[in-house]
Amino acid sequence: MKYRKERLDRGIKARCEDIFALSSYREILYLAFPRVLPVAVLLILPLLKDVVGLYWEKVLMISCIIALLALSWDLMASVGLISLGQALFFGAGAYITGFLNHAFKLPPILTIPLGTLAGALFCTLLLSPVLRLRGVYFAIVTLTLPLLLARFIETTKILGGTEGMSGLSPLPDIWIEMYVPVLALLLCLFGFRRLINEDYGLVLQGIRDNDRAVMSGAINIYWFKAQAVFLAGLAGSFAGAFMTHYNQVVGMAAFAMDYSILPLTAAVLGGVGSFAGPTIGAFILVPLSEMLRAVGTLRVVFYSAILIICVVGLPEGVFHYIRRKYHQFERMVEVG
Amino acid sequence: MDKTILAAENLCKNFGGVTAIVEVSFELKEGELLGVIGPNGSGKTTLVNLLTGFVKPDLGRVIYRGSEITGKAPYRIAELGIVRTFQMVKPFYQLPAFKNLVIPLYSPRVKKLRGGGYGDRDDVAIDLLEDVGFERDSFVPYKIASSLPHGYLKRLELARCLALRPDLLILDELFSGMSMSEVASTLPIIERLNSEGLSIIMVEHRLKELFRIANRVMVLNFGAKIADGSPRDVMENDAVKAAYLGSEEEEDA
Ligand SMILES: Nc1ncnc2c1ncn2[C@@H]1O[C@H](COP(=O)(O)OP(=O)(O)O)[C@@H](O)[C@H]1O
Ligand SMILES: [Mg+2]
Repeated sequence: MKYRKERLDRGIKARCEDIFALSSYREILYLAFPRVLPVAVLLILPLLKDVVGLYWEKVLMISCIIALLALSWDLMASVGLISLGQALFFGAGAYITGFLNHAFKLPPILTIPLGTLAGALFCTLLLSPVLRLRGVYFAIVTLTLPLLLARFIETTKILGGTEGMSGLSPLPDIWIEMYVPVLALLLCLFGFRRLINEDYGLVLQGIRDNDRAVMSGAINIYWFKAQAVFLAGLAGSFAGAFMTHYNQVVGMAAFAMDYSILPLTAAVLGGVGSFAGPTIGAFILVPLSEMLRAVGTLRVVFYSAILIICVVGLPEGVFHYIRRKYHQFERMVEVG
Repeated sequence: MDKTILAAENLCKNFGGVTAIVEVSFELKEGELLGVIGPNGSGKTTLVNLLTGFVKPDLGRVIYRGSEITGKAPYRIAELGIVRTFQMVKPFYQLPAFKNLVIPLYSPRVKKLRGGGYGDRDDVAIDLLEDVGFERDSFVPYKIASSLPHGYLKRLELARCLALRPDLLILDELFSGMSMSEVASTLPIIERLNSEGLSIIMVEHRLKELFRIANRVMVLNFGAKIADGSPRDVMENDAVKAAYLGSEEEEDA
């Protein structure tokens, strides 16, 4: 007797694609659970700082920062701009924030929002001439821009040169340190998801899939791409702006490749095009890399191996896999 | 019906060594239906691309309602009301058919002409699809575009254009890939749009249908205009006969 695995969609799924015709609390719970649980965990973890320990609270915070950059990457990808340079956003936000604090002694409550806005604006202007480029050409420009800015700062010795700017104001207290990244991440995650499901998001995805049809629909695709870059820039620059005050120093490391590679890896690992995926990816990647510190020098080997296994095993990304499993059940059926 | 809506003056376009369009000039009157025919590779699609800004001419001008639009960005030309279909359909495959129309409906042109916000656009889109023969009763407008037969995708292209409320509609081989019955049901839509005053340029391979509804027919061969006149005159033109015979011989060879 042969058996075959059969996958069936759970009954509720067909009904809740667009219209919410829920008949029971069970169904509401079924739908709400995957959204509420991660939010609740994120909000509760900082409260448990005495149990979890400050070290892991910091890991949580870094995860949020990388997740913000990954969201920023995913928003750009949803309009067809493949970026290899999220460090550009991070560095721009970080440096502008640092400069405002260093030169004008503005407090973090002003420098972080200003740095976020100005960073996003600066990056959008910087990238606007290359929004016409596609695929690998755009990617290469984004890859080189952060390196170029770092070299520029190094040679011209502006903004503190290789030393950077130190002695910046600290964040007011530990609760702000812990909760601001978490709240920013949630805002960004649900904001972007909402945006992409609106008609506006359809236009963005239309530009990615078929820009000629969008153009002939009397829509200026470069204007929309610039808007997407600006929104992505807000997320990325905020991450940089926050870290500047967290570290109380900003230097050329703000343009480091890590801030480009980690978000990209997180997005691919978690699942491109869903915003939830890149977030999950960041929350796997950052803690994993911390846990592997114990293995010492072999860390990179383990880390890379795990990544490769994940990407090969789940090419759709962790998020899409989990979602599919959640919405389907499997049973064995006889064949032949 | 005497006002000129669009005029092309001496358009020329080369791709590398290939001459796609040579010194093509023509005028289109307001409310006219101009057919454009020609053998494969004679430059019809290139002409459409030149008129709609997707390709910049090497030489020559395009005048729309008295002002020059040569070299303007495609979206600007569409915004002015010149809207085209693509010969090669490329809809947003993973979206339901009606969501395909939400994108043009989101444009500033439609906002200005029609108003409307989220959700509202869905209703307008479904009405538009019903107009081009998507059966609402069997939920065709809600089907994912990738699951639709080619003939529907062609009409989706048409609906995408109509969503913008065009002033000048340019159809690039709309009927190719449609079944006989689809052509038969789409033809009256085009006739109706034209009778309501819409100016139309129709590039077409189905000569029988085209000659029935066109006011005027222009013939391209090797990128040059070889005839321009009433369907009857064009049909009897020797140069046209030679061009079509010639191309058929080539195809046979
Ligand atoms: N983008 C392009 N690049 C190079 N050659 C092109 C391009 N577009 C069209 N051509 C050439 O121009 C000529 C006319 O093509 P086209 O306008 O598509 O003809 P038609 O639509 O009448 O079949 C052909 O020889 C074609 O190969
Ligand atoms: Mg063609």
